[in-house]
Amino acid sequence: MGQYLLSTYEVEGDVPGTPSSPEEMKTFMERVMTLEDEMEKTGTFVFGGALHGPDASTVLRTGEGDVVMTDGPFVEAKEHIGGFYIINADDLDAALGWGRKVVDAIQHPIEVRPFRATGRVQA
Amino acid sequence: MTRTVAERRADATAIERVFREAYGQAVATLIRLSGDITLAEDAVQDAFAVASARWPIDGIPPNPAGWIVTTARNRAIDDLRRSARGRELHEQLGAFAFHGPNTDEPEEVGPVKDDRLRLIFTCCHPALRPEHQVALTLRLLGGLSVEEVGRSFLVSEPAMAKRLVRAKFKIDAAKIPYRVPVEADLPTRLRSVLSVLYLIYNTGFNDPERATLRSEAIVLARALVELMPDEPETAGLLGLMLLSESREAARTVDGELVLLRDQDRTTWDRSMIDEGQAIVRSCIGRDRPGPFQLQAAIQAVHCDADSFEGTDWPQVVTLYDHLFSVVPTPVVALNRAIAVAEIEGPGAALAILDALGSDLDTYHLLHAARGTMLRRLGRRDAAQAAFERAAHLAPTETDQLFLVQQVKELAEGGALTQNGQVD
Repeated sequence: MGQYLLSTYEVEGDVPGTPSSPEEMKTFMERVMTLEDEMEKTGTFVFGGALHGPDASTVLRTGEGDVVMTDGPFVEAKEHIGGFYIINADDLDAALGWGRKVVDAIQHPIEVRPFRATGRVQA
Repeated sequence: MTRTVAERRADATAIERVFREAYGQAVATLIRLSGDITLAEDAVQDAFAVASARWPIDGIPPNPAGWIVTTARNRAIDDLRRSARGRELHEQLGAFAFHGPNTDEPEEVGPVKDDRLRLIFTCCHPALRPEHQVALTLRLLGGLSVEEVGRSFLVSEPAMAKRLVRAKFKIDAAKIPYRVPVEADLPTRLRSVLSVLYLIYNTGFNDPERATLRSEAIVLARALVELMPDEPETAGLLGLMLLSESREAARTVDGELVLLRDQDRTTWDRSMIDEGQAIVRSCIGRDRPGPFQLQAAIQAVHCDADSFEGTDWPQVVTLYDHLFSVVPTPVVALNRAIAVAEIEGPGAALAILDALGSDLDTYHLLHAARGTMLRRLGRRDAAQAAFERAAHLAPTETDQLFLVQQVKELAEGGALTQNGQVD
């Protein structure tokens, strides 16, 4: 068993495929909740959610004697991570299978990345 | 037992062949048993070293592939016991299947033919980039050395070694599984395998230095057909390769390209044509057409004709129409246009080709085809310019020589009657 990060990216604050009307939002949320329900029931879901944009971000780094704080995201880029799931999966094919369902639900590309190590994962 | 020098020399060639044939099978089986690609490669390499020392004296064993697998497995066990990492691995993989019950003597394990099938799906996993898929397939299943794989793709040995290390790292880190995909994933995954094999074949095209890639691709396609006899596209790919390969001897004379129109058809390889055409017929019988089967069918029509003029061009165009409906790419449209010229004339073909200009501007065969049509239409200067552009873009020396020759003939005011198709 391994753990994988399934992350989506927003481009300059705009998430393509984001529902624009209340009706679209409703069906979007229904799709996401159905998916998360399925993840939960199968023991796949570890954690996940949607993030605020880079405007809400703070960077901390080691300074002279103290940790220095600055406003803004770590990388000044066009793309920022918009949300993610962490899932349990036996292998990449299983993780990609869930990834496909996530793409279907959120209508947005995602990146699937294996964890090298986590505090709790059982090998 | 003492053996004569002649016997030993004969053995050396036979041993070489056995190694080549057994490599993919042995590595695949060792990967199943150990779950570790590098360990499997090292163990098989060790087993070959042992065989090189012993077989010339003892003779080749009755089941050489089985001998290699058993010896490699024993080596792997020794290695695992010796290294700290190995002991760790050994403990982790309690059900390693290296040992028979209650005995230190390893059980005789023959290669399981599914092992190679599992491995090819791992090597061609779409999560790996295509150049890594190709490199892994040639290295692990084809048994080519790192240096040979590198040479085939014009990459230095260290650069190719790095590429292979990266690919193997991803398989390990992302846990790309070692198994035949489930039914639902099979169509996509098989497409990826077939396109890797076809890419290997095409890389060996029109380039004598890389000719072994073509035979390697055919060997792998044949193995795949044997492993997945119910997949018509797999058979279609093998048929396509065989029918294309059958004309190889006729394609160049003294290093110069010969067009399909001018080829000496008596030098085509009849046995490959017969096998390829039998495959095409059985594909038609199954009635589950796909891109490779349709391309094989087109090649079968060409191989069926006793002259260029005698080719069933309407049938070729019909098959291209069908192919274009499945794979609507500009390259398919280009090939279709060349066949259209034989029915509707060069003017109709040129109109189609010109419409493809924006998509295929950097593809030498578009300009070669335009040059051919323009020459047939008597437009000497435009034809010359098109062949110049084609020569400039040509990927191999053989292609380039041919195209430069066309430019020269047009410049020297040669007759404008020549036409034809780069085969």
